Amino acid sequence: MADVVEAPVPVASAPRNRGLAHARSLLGVVPFFAYVAIFLVVPTLVVVIGAFAGDGGFTMSNLTALGDRYILEAFGRSILLSAVTAAIGAVLGALLAYALVTAKPGGVLRRVVTAASGVLAQFGGVTLAFAFLATIGLSGFVTIWLQEHLSINIYANGVWLFELPGLALVYTYFQIPLMVIVFLPALDGIRPQWREATESLGGSTWQYWTRVAGPLLAPAFLGSTLLLFANAFSAYATAAALISQGNPIIPLQIRTALTSEVVLGQQNLGKAMALGMVVVVSVVMTLYALLQRRTVRWLG
Amino acid sequence: MAGLTARRARRQRAFRWTVLLVLGVFFLLPLVAMLEFTTRDGGGTWRLLVDWPRLSATYPDLSAGIVASLGQAALTALLMLVLLVPTAIWVRLRLPWLRRFVEFICLLPLTIPAIVLVVGLAPVYAWVTYFLGGSSLTLTFAYTILVLPYAYRAIDAGLSAIDVRTLAEAARSLGAGWATVMWRVVLPNIRSAVLSAAFLTVALVLGEFTIASLLNRTNVQVAINFLGKSSATMSVAVSLAALFLAFVLLLLLSLIGGGRRGGSEAAPLSTAKESP
Repeated sequence: MADVVEAPVPVASAPRNRGLAHARSLLGVVPFFAYVAIFLVVPTLVVVIGAFAGDGGFTMSNLTALGDRYILEAFGRSILLSAVTAAIGAVLGALLAYALVTAKPGGVLRRVVTAASGVLAQFGGVTLAFAFLATIGLSGFVTIWLQEHLSINIYANGVWLFELPGLALVYTYFQIPLMVIVFLPALDGIRPQWREATESLGGSTWQYWTRVAGPLLAPAFLGSTLLLFANAFSAYATAAALISQGNPIIPLQIRTALTSEVVLGQQNLGKAMALGMVVVVSVVMTLYALLQRRTVRWLG
Repeated sequence: MAGLTARRARRQRAFRWTVLLVLGVFFLLPLVAMLEFTTRDGGGTWRLLVDWPRLSATYPDLSAGIVASLGQAALTALLMLVLLVPTAIWVRLRLPWLRRFVEFICLLPLTIPAIVLVVGLAPVYAWVTYFLGGSSLTLTFAYTILVLPYAYRAIDAGLSAIDVRTLAEAARSLGAGWATVMWRVVLPNIRSAVLSAAFLTVALVLGEFTIASLLNRTNVQVAINFLGKSSATMSVAVSLAALFLAFVLLLLLSLIGGGRRGGSEAAPLSTAKESP
Protein backbone atom coordinates (compact mmCIF):
# COMPACT_ATOMS: atom_id res chain seq x y z
CA MET A 1 0.00 0.00 0.00
CA ALA A 2 2.83 2.35 0.80
CA ASP A 3 4.03 1.84 -2.77
CA VAL A 4 1.08 3.91 -3.93
CA VAL A 5 2.88 7.03 -2.92
CA GLU A 6 6.10 6.05 -4.68
CA ALA A 7 6.77 7.42 -8.13
CA PRO A 8 5.31 5.16 -10.81
CA VAL A 9 7.85 2.48 -11.65
CA PRO A 10 8.46 1.23 -15.19
CA VAL A 11 7.45 -2.41 -15.38
CA ALA A 12 10.73 -3.74 -16.75
CA SER A 13 12.93 -2.54 -13.91
CA ALA A 14 10.38 -3.17 -11.22
CA PRO A 15 12.13 -6.01 -9.35
CA ARG A 16 15.44 -4.16 -9.07
CA ASN A 17 13.84 -0.91 -7.94
CA ARG A 18 11.59 -2.73 -5.55
CA GLY A 19 14.66 -4.30 -4.01
CA LEU A 20 16.35 -0.92 -3.82
CA ALA A 21 13.33 0.73 -2.23
CA HIS A 22 13.20 -2.16 0.19
CA ALA A 23 16.80 -1.67 1.19
CA ARG A 24 16.20 2.05 1.57
CA SER A 25 13.20 1.34 3.79
CA LEU A 26 15.34 -0.86 5.99
CA LEU A 27 17.85 1.96 6.40
CA GLY A 28 15.18 3.84 8.32
CA VAL A 29 15.26 1.38 11.22
CA VAL A 30 19.05 1.06 11.38
CA PRO A 31 19.56 3.63 14.18
CA PHE A 32 16.99 1.93 16.38
CA PHE A 33 18.35 -1.56 15.85
CA ALA A 34 21.96 -0.43 16.21
CA TYR A 35 21.12 1.20 19.52
CA VAL A 36 19.22 -1.81 20.79
CA ALA A 37 22.06 -4.09 19.67
CA ILE A 38 24.64 -2.17 21.69
CA PHE A 39 22.67 -1.54 24.86
CA LEU A 40 20.31 -4.50 25.04
CA VAL A 41 21.54 -7.39 22.90
CA VAL A 42 25.24 -7.09 23.78
CA PRO A 43 24.56 -6.96 27.55
CA THR A 44 22.29 -9.98 27.25
CA LEU A 45 24.96 -11.87 25.32
CA VAL A 46 27.59 -10.83 27.85
CA VAL A 47 25.49 -12.47 30.57
CA VAL A 48 24.70 -15.60 28.59
CA ILE A 49 28.18 -16.16 27.18
CA GLY A 50 29.88 -15.04 30.39
CA ALA A 51 27.97 -17.65 32.34
CA PHE A 52 29.75 -20.32 30.30
CA ALA A 53 33.14 -18.64 30.05
CA GLY A 54 36.17 -19.37 32.20
CA ASP A 55 39.86 -18.63 32.00
CA GLY A 56 40.49 -20.95 29.10
CA GLY A 57 37.24 -20.72 27.15
CA PHE A 58 34.11 -22.76 27.62
CA THR A 59 33.37 -24.10 31.07
CA MET A 60 30.47 -25.33 33.11
CA SER A 61 32.12 -24.43 36.40
CA ASN A 62 30.15 -21.18 36.80
CA LEU A 63 26.89 -23.03 36.43
CA THR A 64 27.94 -25.85 38.73
CA ALA A 65 28.94 -23.18 41.25
CA LEU A 66 25.25 -22.23 41.29
CA GLY A 67 24.81 -25.49 43.18
CA ASP A 68 26.76 -24.08 46.13
CA ARG A 69 24.73 -24.07 49.26
CA TYR A 70 24.67 -20.33 49.86
CA ILE A 71 23.56 -19.60 46.29
CA LEU A 72 20.87 -22.27 46.34
CA GLU A 73 19.64 -20.87 49.63
CA ALA A 74 19.60 -17.34 48.20
CA PHE A 75 17.60 -18.55 45.21
CA GLY A 76 15.26 -20.39 47.57
CA ARG A 77 14.74 -17.30 49.71
CA SER A 78 14.19 -15.13 46.62
CA ILE A 79 11.57 -17.53 45.34
CA LEU A 80 9.91 -17.81 48.75
CA LEU A 81 9.84 -14.04 49.18
CA SER A 82 8.41 -13.54 45.69
CA ALA A 83 5.82 -16.29 46.12
CA VAL A 84 4.63 -15.04 49.51
CA THR A 85 4.37 -11.40 48.46
CA ALA A 86 2.75 -12.40 45.16
CA ALA A 87 0.13 -14.48 47.00
CA ILE A 88 -0.63 -11.79 49.59
CA GLY A 89 -0.61 -9.06 46.96
CA ALA A 90 -2.84 -11.08 44.65
CA VAL A 91 -5.48 -11.86 47.28
CA LEU A 92 -5.64 -8.36 48.77
CA GLY A 93 -5.34 -6.72 45.36
CA ALA A 94 -8.15 -8.86 43.98
CA LEU A 95 -10.37 -7.94 46.94
CA LEU A 96 -9.66 -4.27 46.35
CA ALA A 97 -10.29 -4.63 42.63
CA TYR A 98 -13.61 -6.36 43.35
CA ALA A 99 -14.54 -3.57 45.75
CA LEU A 100 -13.92 -1.14 42.90
CA VAL A 101 -16.01 -3.13 40.44
CA THR A 102 -19.00 -3.10 42.76
CA ALA A 103 -18.69 0.68 43.08
CA LYS A 104 -20.35 3.04 40.66
CA PRO A 105 -18.69 2.63 37.26
CA GLY A 106 -16.81 5.78 36.29
CA GLY A 107 -17.33 7.15 39.81
CA VAL A 108 -14.84 9.23 41.75
CA LEU A 109 -13.87 6.37 44.06
CA ARG A 110 -12.87 4.12 41.22
CA ARG A 111 -10.97 6.79 39.33
CA VAL A 112 -9.05 7.88 42.41
CA VAL A 113 -8.11 4.36 43.48
CA THR A 114 -7.06 3.34 39.95
CA ALA A 115 -4.91 6.43 39.54
CA ALA A 116 -3.37 5.95 42.99
CA SER A 117 -2.66 2.30 42.19
CA GLY A 118 -0.90 3.36 39.00
CA VAL A 119 1.39 5.59 41.02
CA LEU A 120 1.95 3.25 43.96
CA ALA A 121 2.75 0.27 41.73
CA GLN A 122 5.63 2.39 40.40
CA PHE A 123 6.63 3.36 43.92
CA GLY A 124 9.53 1.18 44.82
CA GLY A 125 13.15 1.21 45.54
CA VAL A 126 15.01 3.41 47.93
CA THR A 127 12.11 5.81 48.41
CA LEU A 128 9.84 3.01 49.57
CA ALA A 129 12.46 1.66 51.92
CA PHE A 130 12.75 5.07 53.57
CA ALA A 131 8.98 5.39 53.78
CA PHE A 132 8.91 2.23 55.86
CA LEU A 133 11.88 3.35 57.91
CA ALA A 134 9.89 6.44 58.85
CA THR A 135 6.87 4.25 59.63
CA ILE A 136 8.12 1.20 61.48
CA GLY A 137 11.83 1.86 61.72
CA LEU A 138 13.36 1.96 65.18
CA SER A 139 12.30 5.58 65.62
CA GLY A 140 9.40 5.35 63.18
CA PHE A 141 6.00 6.92 63.65
CA VAL A 142 4.08 3.70 64.31
CA THR A 143 6.82 2.08 66.36
CA ILE A 144 6.94 5.00 68.76
CA TRP A 145 3.18 5.43 68.88
CA LEU A 146 2.63 1.78 69.79
CA GLN A 147 5.37 1.96 72.38
CA GLU A 148 4.00 5.08 74.04
CA HIS A 149 0.27 4.41 73.91
CA LEU A 150 -0.04 0.64 74.09
CA SER A 151 3.44 -0.26 75.34
CA ILE A 152 3.83 -2.71 72.52
CA ASN A 153 7.35 -3.22 71.29
CA ILE A 154 7.05 -4.58 67.77
CA TYR A 155 10.72 -5.45 67.82
CA ALA A 156 10.66 -7.39 71.07
CA ASN A 157 11.87 -10.44 69.15
CA GLY A 158 14.51 -8.68 67.09
CA VAL A 159 14.41 -6.02 64.40
CA TRP A 160 12.66 -7.96 61.62
CA LEU A 161 12.24 -4.92 59.36
CA PHE A 162 15.77 -5.31 58.01
CA GLU A 163 15.33 -9.01 57.32
CA LEU A 164 13.11 -11.07 55.05
CA PRO A 165 9.81 -10.53 56.92
CA GLY A 166 10.32 -6.77 56.72
CA LEU A 167 11.15 -7.02 53.06
CA ALA A 168 7.97 -9.02 52.48
CA LEU A 169 5.89 -6.33 54.18
CA VAL A 170 7.52 -3.58 52.11
CA TYR A 171 7.08 -5.51 48.85
CA THR A 172 3.36 -5.91 49.60
CA TYR A 173 3.14 -2.15 49.32
CA PHE A 174 3.76 -2.21 45.58
CA GLN A 175 2.35 -5.68 44.88
CA ILE A 176 -1.25 -4.85 45.89
CA PRO A 177 -1.58 -1.81 43.57
CA LEU A 178 0.01 -3.76 40.72
CA MET A 179 -2.57 -6.51 41.22
CA VAL A 180 -5.37 -3.94 41.09
CA ILE A 181 -4.09 -2.63 37.77
CA VAL A 182 -3.63 -5.99 36.07
CA PHE A 183 -6.67 -7.76 37.52
CA LEU A 184 -9.25 -5.01 37.14
CA PRO A 185 -9.73 -5.48 33.37
CA ALA A 186 -10.57 -9.17 33.92
CA LEU A 187 -13.14 -8.32 36.60
CA ASP A 188 -14.63 -5.75 34.27
CA GLY A 189 -15.09 -8.52 31.72
CA ILE A 190 -17.52 -10.35 34.02
CA ARG A 191 -21.00 -9.57 32.72
CA PRO A 192 -23.95 -9.03 35.06
CA GLN A 193 -26.01 -11.20 32.71
CA TRP A 194 -24.04 -14.27 33.81
CA ARG A 195 -25.09 -13.72 37.38
CA GLU A 196 -28.68 -13.15 36.32
CA ALA A 197 -28.57 -16.32 34.26
CA THR A 198 -27.25 -18.26 37.26
CA GLU A 199 -30.03 -16.88 39.43
CA SER A 200 -32.79 -17.52 36.91
CA LEU A 201 -31.61 -21.15 36.83
CA GLY A 202 -31.86 -21.28 40.63
CA GLY A 203 -28.17 -20.98 41.46
CA SER A 204 -27.01 -19.51 44.75
CA THR A 205 -24.30 -16.92 45.28
CA TRP A 206 -21.95 -19.70 46.35
CA GLN A 207 -22.67 -21.64 43.18
CA TYR A 208 -22.21 -18.52 41.08
CA TRP A 209 -18.75 -17.91 42.50
CA THR A 210 -17.55 -21.52 42.45
CA ARG A 211 -19.11 -22.64 39.17
CA VAL A 212 -19.29 -19.51 36.98
CA ALA A 213 -17.19 -16.53 38.02
CA GLY A 214 -14.47 -18.53 39.76
CA PRO A 215 -13.44 -20.70 36.80
CA LEU A 216 -13.70 -17.69 34.48
CA LEU A 217 -11.45 -15.55 36.65
CA ALA A 218 -9.00 -18.29 37.62
CA PRO A 219 -6.65 -17.90 34.62
CA ALA A 220 -6.59 -14.13 35.01
CA PHE A 221 -5.97 -14.44 38.74
CA LEU A 222 -3.17 -16.97 38.30
CA GLY A 223 -1.64 -14.96 35.48
CA SER A 224 -1.65 -11.78 37.53
CA THR A 225 -0.11 -13.65 40.45
CA LEU A 226 2.71 -14.83 38.18
CA LEU A 227 3.31 -11.27 37.03
CA LEU A 228 3.52 -10.19 40.66
CA PHE A 229 5.96 -13.02 41.30
CA ALA A 230 8.24 -11.89 38.47
CA ASN A 231 7.94 -8.33 39.72
CA ALA A 232 9.11 -9.21 43.22
CA PHE A 233 11.75 -11.62 41.96
CA SER A 234 13.39 -8.93 39.80
CA ALA A 235 13.26 -6.24 42.48
CA TYR A 236 16.61 -5.06 43.74
CA ALA A 237 16.60 -1.47 44.95
CA THR A 238 14.23 -1.89 47.90
CA ALA A 239 16.22 -4.79 49.25
CA ALA A 240 19.53 -3.02 48.66
CA ALA A 241 18.37 0.00 50.64
CA LEU A 242 16.69 -1.94 53.43
CA ILE A 243 18.87 -4.95 54.13
CA SER A 244 22.14 -4.02 55.74
CA GLN A 245 23.52 -7.36 56.79
CA GLY A 246 24.23 -10.33 54.58
CA ASN A 247 22.85 -11.05 51.14
CA PRO A 248 19.78 -13.17 51.74
CA ILE A 249 18.35 -12.90 48.23
CA ILE A 250 19.85 -13.48 44.83
CA PRO A 251 19.88 -9.87 43.52
CA LEU A 252 22.00 -8.91 46.52
CA GLN A 253 24.33 -11.85 45.85
CA ILE A 254 24.76 -10.52 42.32
CA ARG A 255 25.63 -7.11 43.76
CA THR A 256 28.37 -8.67 45.84
CA ALA A 257 29.68 -10.61 42.86
CA LEU A 258 29.77 -7.37 40.87
CA THR A 259 31.31 -5.05 43.42
CA SER A 260 33.59 -7.09 45.65
CA GLU A 261 36.99 -8.44 44.79
CA VAL A 262 36.51 -11.43 42.57
CA VAL A 263 37.36 -14.80 43.98
CA LEU A 264 39.79 -16.60 41.73
CA GLY A 265 37.99 -18.84 39.25
CA GLN A 266 34.62 -17.29 40.01
CA GLN A 267 34.82 -14.10 37.96
CA ASN A 268 31.76 -15.08 36.04
CA LEU A 269 29.68 -16.37 38.91
CA GLY A 270 27.62 -13.15 38.88
CA LYS A 271 26.78 -13.78 35.25
CA ALA A 272 25.72 -17.33 36.03
CA MET A 273 23.41 -16.09 38.79
CA ALA A 274 22.05 -13.43 36.45
CA LEU A 275 21.37 -16.12 33.87
CA GLY A 276 19.58 -18.13 36.53
CA MET A 277 17.37 -15.13 37.28
CA VAL A 278 16.58 -14.64 33.59
CA VAL A 279 15.60 -18.30 33.30
CA VAL A 280 13.21 -18.06 36.26
CA VAL A 281 11.66 -14.81 35.02
CA SER A 282 11.32 -16.13 31.45
CA VAL A 283 9.54 -19.28 32.60
CA VAL A 284 7.17 -17.26 34.76
CA MET A 285 6.47 -14.71 32.02
CA THR A 286 5.84 -17.45 29.45
CA LEU A 287 3.27 -19.04 31.74
CA TYR A 288 1.79 -15.58 32.25
CA ALA A 289 1.46 -15.08 28.49
CA LEU A 290 -0.23 -18.48 28.10
CA LEU A 291 -2.72 -17.75 30.88
CA GLN A 292 -3.32 -14.30 29.45
CA ARG A 293 -4.27 -15.84 26.12
CA ARG A 294 -6.75 -18.08 27.89
CA THR A 295 -8.17 -15.14 29.83
CA VAL A 296 -9.05 -13.04 26.82
CA ARG A 297 -11.10 -15.89 25.35
CA TRP A 298 -13.88 -15.09 27.84
CA LEU A 299 -13.01 -11.86 29.54
CA GLY A 300 -11.23 -9.96 26.77
CA MET B 1 -35.88 -10.55 43.47
CA ALA B 2 -35.83 -6.84 44.27
CA GLY B 3 -35.25 -7.58 47.97
CA LEU B 4 -32.42 -9.93 47.06
CA THR B 5 -30.75 -7.31 44.90
CA ALA B 6 -31.10 -4.67 47.60
CA ARG B 7 -29.66 -6.99 50.21
CA ARG B 8 -26.74 -7.82 47.95
CA ALA B 9 -26.12 -4.14 47.22
CA ARG B 10 -26.03 -3.46 50.96
CA ARG B 11 -23.66 -6.35 51.56
CA GLN B 12 -21.41 -5.20 48.74
CA ARG B 13 -21.36 -1.69 50.13
CA ALA B 14 -20.28 -2.95 53.56
CA PHE B 15 -17.62 -5.14 51.96
CA ARG B 16 -16.40 -2.27 49.82
CA TRP B 17 -15.93 0.14 52.70
CA THR B 18 -14.26 -2.45 54.90
CA VAL B 19 -11.70 -3.27 52.22
CA LEU B 20 -11.11 0.37 51.37
CA LEU B 21 -10.72 1.36 55.00
CA VAL B 22 -8.24 -1.38 55.88
CA LEU B 23 -6.12 -1.01 52.76
CA GLY B 24 -6.47 2.76 52.87
CA VAL B 25 -4.86 2.80 56.30
CA PHE B 26 -2.09 0.48 55.10
CA PHE B 27 -1.31 2.70 52.12
CA LEU B 28 -1.67 6.09 53.77
CA LEU B 29 0.19 5.26 56.97
CA PRO B 30 3.71 5.30 55.46
CA LEU B 31 2.97 8.61 53.75
CA VAL B 32 1.67 10.17 56.96
CA ALA B 33 4.61 8.70 58.84
CA MET B 34 7.05 10.26 56.37
CA LEU B 35 5.44 13.64 56.92
CA GLU B 36 5.51 13.23 60.68
CA PHE B 37 9.09 11.97 60.64
CA THR B 38 10.33 14.95 58.64
CA THR B 39 8.48 17.58 60.66
CA ARG B 40 9.73 16.49 64.09
CA ASP B 41 12.32 19.26 63.98
CA GLY B 42 9.67 21.92 63.41
CA GLY B 43 10.00 22.08 59.63
CA GLY B 44 13.70 22.88 59.48
CA THR B 45 14.34 20.00 57.10
CA TRP B 46 11.74 21.22 54.64
CA ARG B 47 12.99 24.80 54.83
CA LEU B 48 16.46 23.51 54.05
CA LEU B 49 15.16 21.40 51.19
CA VAL B 50 13.55 24.32 49.38
CA ASP B 51 16.54 26.60 49.97
CA TRP B 52 18.71 25.43 47.08
CA PRO B 53 21.96 27.34 47.82
CA ARG B 54 21.93 26.28 51.46
CA LEU B 55 21.01 22.71 50.51
CA SER B 56 23.87 22.37 48.06
CA ALA B 57 26.24 23.81 50.65
CA THR B 58 25.04 21.44 53.38
CA TYR B 59 24.57 18.27 51.32
CA PRO B 60 26.63 18.64 48.12
CA ASP B 61 26.11 14.95 47.25
CA LEU B 62 22.36 15.35 47.41
CA SER B 63 22.22 18.42 45.21
CA ALA B 64 24.58 16.77 42.73
CA GLY B 65 22.25 13.75 42.69
CA ILE B 66 19.19 15.90 42.09
CA VAL B 67 20.87 17.75 39.23
CA ALA B 68 22.09 14.47 37.73
CA SER B 69 18.60 12.94 37.92
CA LEU B 70 16.96 15.91 36.23
CA GLY B 71 19.57 15.83 33.48
CA GLN B 72 19.15 12.09 33.01
CA ALA B 73 15.37 12.40 32.88
CA ALA B 74 15.46 15.14 30.24
CA LEU B 75 18.09 13.43 28.10
CA THR B 76 16.42 10.02 28.33
CA ALA B 77 13.06 11.44 27.31
CA LEU B 78 14.73 13.17 24.37
CA LEU B 79 16.73 10.15 23.24
CA MET B 80 13.71 7.86 23.65
CA LEU B 81 11.58 10.11 21.47
CA VAL B 82 14.25 10.59 18.81
CA LEU B 83 14.84 6.87 18.64
CA LEU B 84 11.37 5.48 19.03
CA VAL B 85 8.92 7.85 17.36
CA PRO B 86 10.44 7.89 13.86
CA THR B 87 11.07 4.15 14.02
CA ALA B 88 7.51 3.37 15.09
CA ILE B 89 6.04 5.57 12.35
CA TRP B 90 8.45 4.25 9.72
CA VAL B 91 7.73 0.63 10.59
CA ARG B 92 4.01 1.24 10.35
CA LEU B 93 4.32 2.91 6.97
CA ARG B 94 7.05 1.05 5.16
CA LEU B 95 7.89 -2.15 7.03
CA PRO B 96 4.66 -3.55 8.47
CA TRP B 97 6.13 -7.08 8.46
CA LEU B 98 8.73 -5.88 10.96
CA ARG B 99 6.22 -4.56 13.47
CA ARG B 100 5.88 -7.72 15.58
CA PHE B 101 9.64 -7.97 15.83
CA VAL B 102 10.07 -4.34 16.88
CA GLU B 103 7.35 -4.84 19.48
CA PHE B 104 9.08 -7.96 20.77
CA ILE B 105 12.39 -6.10 21.07
CA CYS B 106 10.76 -3.18 22.84
CA LEU B 107 9.02 -5.41 25.38
CA LEU B 108 12.14 -7.54 25.96
CA PRO B 109 13.49 -5.39 28.82
CA LEU B 110 10.43 -6.43 30.84
CA THR B 111 11.78 -9.97 31.12
CA ILE B 112 15.32 -8.84 31.92
CA PRO B 113 15.54 -7.58 35.51
CA ALA B 114 17.57 -4.38 35.91
CA ILE B 115 20.03 -6.22 38.15
CA VAL B 116 20.70 -8.66 35.31
CA LEU B 117 20.98 -5.90 32.72
CA VAL B 118 23.56 -4.14 34.85
CA VAL B 119 25.73 -7.27 34.89
CA GLY B 120 25.81 -7.22 31.10
CA LEU B 121 26.09 -3.46 30.88
CA ALA B 122 29.25 -3.25 32.97
CA PRO B 123 31.60 -4.13 30.05
CA VAL B 124 29.60 -1.95 27.65
CA TYR B 125 29.95 0.95 30.05
CA ALA B 126 33.69 0.41 30.23
CA TRP B 127 33.66 1.49 26.58
CA VAL B 128 31.20 4.31 27.22
CA THR B 129 33.49 5.64 29.94
CA TYR B 130 36.45 5.31 27.56
CA PHE B 131 34.73 7.38 24.85
CA LEU B 132 32.51 9.77 26.79
CA GLY B 133 33.91 9.81 30.30
CA GLY B 134 32.33 8.75 33.56
CA SER B 135 29.65 11.41 33.79
CA SER B 136 26.38 10.37 35.40
CA LEU B 137 24.57 11.64 32.35
CA THR B 138 25.87 8.65 30.38
CA LEU B 139 23.29 6.57 32.26
CA THR B 140 20.89 7.96 29.69
CA PHE B 141 21.87 5.11 27.35
CA ALA B 142 20.85 2.41 29.80
CA TYR B 143 17.72 4.25 30.89
CA THR B 144 16.50 4.54 27.33
CA ILE B 145 16.50 0.74 27.19
CA LEU B 146 14.73 0.50 30.55
CA VAL B 147 11.86 2.78 29.50
CA LEU B 148 11.49 1.19 26.07
CA PRO B 149 8.54 -1.10 26.96
CA TYR B 150 6.47 1.66 28.54
CA ALA B 151 7.30 4.30 25.96
CA TYR B 152 6.71 1.92 23.09
CA ARG B 153 3.29 0.93 24.37
CA ALA B 154 2.25 4.55 24.83
CA ILE B 155 3.43 5.58 21.36
CA ASP B 156 2.06 2.47 19.68
CA ALA B 157 -1.35 3.09 21.27
CA GLY B 158 -1.24 6.64 19.93
CA LEU B 159 -0.37 5.46 16.43
CA SER B 160 -3.10 2.82 16.49
CA ALA B 161 -5.68 5.48 17.24
CA ILE B 162 -5.02 7.39 14.01
CA ASP B 163 -4.89 6.34 10.38
CA VAL B 164 -1.16 6.90 9.84
CA ARG B 165 -1.14 5.46 6.34
CA THR B 166 -3.90 7.70 4.94
CA LEU B 167 -2.36 10.75 6.57
CA ALA B 168 1.03 9.91 5.11
CA GLU B 169 -0.34 9.19 1.66
CA ALA B 170 -2.30 12.43 1.64
CA ALA B 171 0.78 14.39 2.66
CA ARG B 172 3.01 12.57 0.15
CA SER B 173 0.59 13.12 -2.69
CA LEU B 174 0.71 16.83 -1.88
CA GLY B 175 4.47 16.70 -2.27
CA ALA B 176 5.66 16.35 1.31
CA GLY B 177 8.93 14.58 2.02
CA TRP B 178 9.23 11.92 4.71
CA ALA B 179 10.63 14.40 7.22
CA THR B 180 7.61 16.65 6.73
CA VAL B 181 5.27 13.67 7.04
CA MET B 182 6.74 12.72 10.38
CA TRP B 183 7.35 16.13 11.88
CA ARG B 184 4.34 18.08 10.65
CA VAL B 185 1.69 15.50 9.91
CA VAL B 186 1.98 12.42 12.12
CA LEU B 187 3.66 13.90 15.19
CA PRO B 188 1.00 16.55 15.92
CA ASN B 189 -1.59 13.80 15.77
CA ILE B 190 0.08 11.66 18.41
CA ARG B 191 0.95 14.57 20.70
CA SER B 192 -0.76 13.14 23.76
CA ALA B 193 0.83 9.71 23.26
CA VAL B 194 4.26 11.33 22.98
CA LEU B 195 3.56 13.31 26.12
CA SER B 196 2.52 10.13 27.97
CA ALA B 197 5.70 8.39 26.89
CA ALA B 198 7.78 11.35 28.03
CA PHE B 199 6.04 11.56 31.43
CA LEU B 200 6.44 7.85 32.05
CA THR B 201 10.10 8.12 31.12
CA VAL B 202 10.68 10.99 33.53
CA ALA B 203 8.85 9.18 36.35
CA LEU B 204 10.82 5.98 35.82
CA VAL B 205 14.19 7.69 35.52
CA LEU B 206 13.62 9.72 38.69
CA GLY B 207 13.01 6.46 40.58
CA GLU B 208 15.92 4.45 39.17
CA PHE B 209 18.53 3.17 41.59
CA THR B 210 19.87 -0.24 40.54
CA ILE B 211 21.87 0.70 37.46
CA ALA B 212 23.12 4.03 38.78
CA SER B 213 24.43 2.59 42.01
CA LEU B 214 26.06 -0.49 40.48
CA LEU B 215 27.74 1.44 37.66
CA ASN B 216 29.17 3.86 40.25
CA ARG B 217 27.30 6.87 39.01
CA THR B 218 24.99 9.15 40.92
CA ASN B 219 21.38 10.24 40.79
CA VAL B 220 18.84 11.32 43.35
CA GLN B 221 18.08 7.78 44.54
CA VAL B 222 21.73 6.95 45.03
CA ALA B 223 22.13 10.21 46.93
CA ILE B 224 19.13 9.46 49.16
CA ASN B 225 20.47 6.03 49.95
CA PHE B 226 23.92 7.41 50.73
CA LEU B 227 22.50 10.22 52.86
CA GLY B 228 20.28 7.79 54.75
CA LYS B 229 23.34 6.55 56.64
CA SER B 230 24.05 9.98 58.15
CA SER B 231 20.88 12.06 57.97
CA ALA B 232 17.77 9.92 57.85
CA THR B 233 15.40 12.87 58.20
CA MET B 234 16.71 14.58 55.08
CA SER B 235 16.58 11.29 53.16
CA VAL B 236 12.97 10.74 54.10
CA ALA B 237 12.11 14.33 53.17
CA VAL B 238 13.68 14.00 49.72
CA SER B 239 11.95 10.63 49.29
CA LEU B 240 8.61 12.22 50.06
CA ALA B 241 9.30 15.10 47.70
CA ALA B 242 10.35 12.71 44.91
CA LEU B 243 7.27 10.63 45.52
CA PHE B 244 5.08 13.70 45.39
CA LEU B 245 6.66 14.73 42.09
CA ALA B 246 6.04 11.27 40.65
CA PHE B 247 2.44 11.46 41.90
CA VAL B 248 1.88 14.75 40.11
CA LEU B 249 3.51 13.50 36.90
CA LEU B 250 1.54 10.27 36.78
CA LEU B 251 -1.72 11.95 37.73
CA LEU B 252 -1.20 14.39 34.87
CA LEU B 253 -0.53 11.35 32.73
CA SER B 254 -3.78 9.67 33.71
CA LEU B 255 -5.59 12.94 33.00
CA ILE B 256 -4.12 12.98 29.49
CA GLY B 257 -5.08 9.32 29.17
CA GLY B 258 -8.57 10.10 30.43
CA GLY B 259 -8.96 12.64 27.64
CA ARG B 260 -8.62 9.87 25.06
CA ARG B 261 -11.75 7.81 25.09
CA GLY B 262 -11.85 4.05 24.82
CA GLY B 263 -12.12 2.72 28.37
CA SER B 264 -8.40 2.48 28.85
CA GLU B 265 -7.74 4.24 32.13
CA ALA B 266 -4.06 4.39 32.89
CA ALA B 267 -3.46 2.30 29.77
CA PRO B 268 0.27 2.93 29.52
CA LEU B 269 0.68 1.77 33.09
CA SER B 270 -1.35 -1.35 32.66
CA THR B 271 1.41 -3.86 33.12
CA ALA B 272 3.35 -1.49 35.29
CA LYS B 273 6.97 -1.59 36.10
CA GLU B 274 9.11 -4.64 36.74
CA SER B 275 11.99 -3.22 38.66
CA PRO B 276 11.12 -1.37 41.81
